[in-house]
Amino acid sequence: MGEPPLSTISGWGRHSAQGRERVGEDLERISANVSLSRGLGRSYGDASLPSPDAPDVLNTTYADRILRFDEDTGLFRAESGFALSELNRLFMPRGWFTPVSPGTKFVTLGGMVAADVHGKNQHCDGNFGDHVTSLKMRVADGRVLECSPEQHSDLFKATIGGMGLTGHILEVEFGLQSIPSQWIWQESRRIHDIDEFQESLESAAPNWPYTMGWIDGLARGSRTGRGTLMCGRWADPEQAPPKPPKTRFRPRLRFDWPSWILNRATIRIFNELYYRKQWRRVSCGIVSHESFYYPLDAIRSWNRMYGRRGFTQYQCVLPREAGRSSARRVLEVLTARGGASFLCVIKDFGREGRGVLSFPRPGITLALDIAVRDDTQDLVDSLNEQVLQEGGRVYLAKDSFTRREHFEAMEGARLAEFNAIRDRWDPNRRFRSALSVRLLGD
Amino acid sequence: MRVAFLGATKGMGRALARLSAERRDRICLLGRNEVDLERSAADLSVRGADGLVRCFSCDLEQVDTFASAIGSAREALGGLDAVVVSAGIFATQEELEADPVLAERLVRVNFSNTVMFCEAAKKVLLDEGGGTLCVFSSVAGERGRKPVIIYGAAKAGLTRYLEGLDHKHRADGLRVITVKPGFVKTSMTAGLSPPPFAGEPDAVAARVLSAIDRGAPVVYAPAPWRYIMAIIRAMPRAIMRRVEF
Repeated sequence: MGEPPLSTISGWGRHSAQGRERVGEDLERISANVSLSRGLGRSYGDASLPSPDAPDVLNTTYADRILRFDEDTGLFRAESGFALSELNRLFMPRGWFTPVSPGTKFVTLGGMVAADVHGKNQHCDGNFGDHVTSLKMRVADGRVLECSPEQHSDLFKATIGGMGLTGHILEVEFGLQSIPSQWIWQESRRIHDIDEFQESLESAAPNWPYTMGWIDGLARGSRTGRGTLMCGRWADPEQAPPKPPKTRFRPRLRFDWPSWILNRATIRIFNELYYRKQWRRVSCGIVSHESFYYPLDAIRSWNRMYGRRGFTQYQCVLPREAGRSSARRVLEVLTARGGASFLCVIKDFGREGRGVLSFPRPGITLALDIAVRDDTQDLVDSLNEQVLQEGGRVYLAKDSFTRREHFEAMEGARLAEFNAIRDRWDPNRRFRSALSVRLLGD
Repeated sequence: MRVAFLGATKGMGRALARLSAERRDRICLLGRNEVDLERSAADLSVRGADGLVRCFSCDLEQVDTFASAIGSAREALGGLDAVVVSAGIFATQEELEADPVLAERLVRVNFSNTVMFCEAAKKVLLDEGGGTLCVFSSVAGERGRKPVIIYGAAKAGLTRYLEGLDHKHRADGLRVITVKPGFVKTSMTAGLSPPPFAGEPDAVAARVLSAIDRGAPVVYAPAPWRYIMAIIRAMPRAIMRRVEF
């Protein structure tokens, strides 16, 4: 039998590459001689795509066994293809939840570590990697070993947020958090402009474990950055409905929408309606954790909405030192270039991650969904130049357009440290991806 | 339910064992790789299996391991209500034609040795006063088809054996359930391009568990394969010679 032919492998933004997915339950056996792992493919750009010279990618999703759970401490260990959706389904009814959840539950533990994902509680609980106690890995020389803050700590630090470039993550161990119910007490607040947004996020931070904001990415001038701030905390059992939330039917987009459907006019209508939906200054109530955490998971394959060319998400963080108006300046680059972002999210970060290349740092983050058009590269270049001036950086799990020189200018010392650790563990650069070719030159 | 699984570390067997664990059944795992079995046992324990999930060594290639493995499971579970067999080998027709050793092994494991395992399981279940023997065959055994000639022949033999067993022992309280999966997306079928109506292991497992509960003798999964196979069984040879499925 010859090798199976190459097929198209895509990221969530529909960015794609030719490759071959290796699948199987026994990651330890099939990970040898493969240069990248991927899970559920929810990273938007090219992080989970193979480099052209090494087309084999390990698909971890069949390695999804739970290996240990301690009812007393919440310590949990599973194979790296285990999905967050499954964790929620099994453990929320028992009163446990992941300490950090990204905006979709269709991610694997391995992917959560590799991207060092953050969520609505970043300002108090940090990133997912901050809660990881140990990882089992296959490294470049073929060894399978355990790494943790105490053991091979350099490898551990580089793997958290390392986009899979330090080795195959085989098993993940972390602590679950106990929760009082499966419901969220949510408060939403209408926000008039970007300055008010930053103030409100800051003042909400000490009082609410979960915060994030939606921004109307088309509003200009004095209304730049208007939107809705959403804050939440777990509802007490007395407040919460007696029954757990029902699982809803999730429709699936069966075909790619024509790319003209999402244009400035339709996005403007959607944004106006969404902004008006929050017609009260403040409203509050009980919502299910699904609608609070994973509103986009309600529609399967929602990425097809952006048509065949797909989309990218531009997510950057602007450090506190850049001052209050930094977010306004970045949004103005977007609006000045006529960029239309369908979905635009703002959130404050409280602390730096523990990974060498972890994305978050204290400051404010903006995430802009942008349909891919002919001018997207220019738009991302301009945004990156502005972010560089502010001293910020971009999130690799979302990125597919950043240029190497911009990335190097943003990451400087951190990139040098990352590469020094790779020199120790993988001097021949066995582990690589389409992203590493684009941003690291290997 | 006290149930022993052979082949629950992977694919559809894994999915079925998980559903069984989630409803708090008592479970034993049989298989040949002890490390792998222990990992699956941990998974099933955390998911809710009642009591300790014990593992016993049993290899479909070694007939002499069958009786003792099933006996150990019965002892560990304090009796036995069901035995589920989802172990087996898959290879494409091209691979089997190119490698006679593999072909012989596949026919032996999927047919004669699986039959011998069922004979051993049958004895214990009848001794218990009845129970359920649920075995994964395949839609490949429904009709001689070009891409699955050898694999399909072994599964056809297995299907007939299970049918006869059901006819003979239903009155004794032994319910024999033949599972006929269509194309299901597992690591076994990875690399093959999925046809329409390809199924997910979880959905198949839910159908099989409900068949076990009802005692339904034959279960197609996913459901549309019952009708697809009815059409394929009705096709004249002249057409079967021309088509490639």
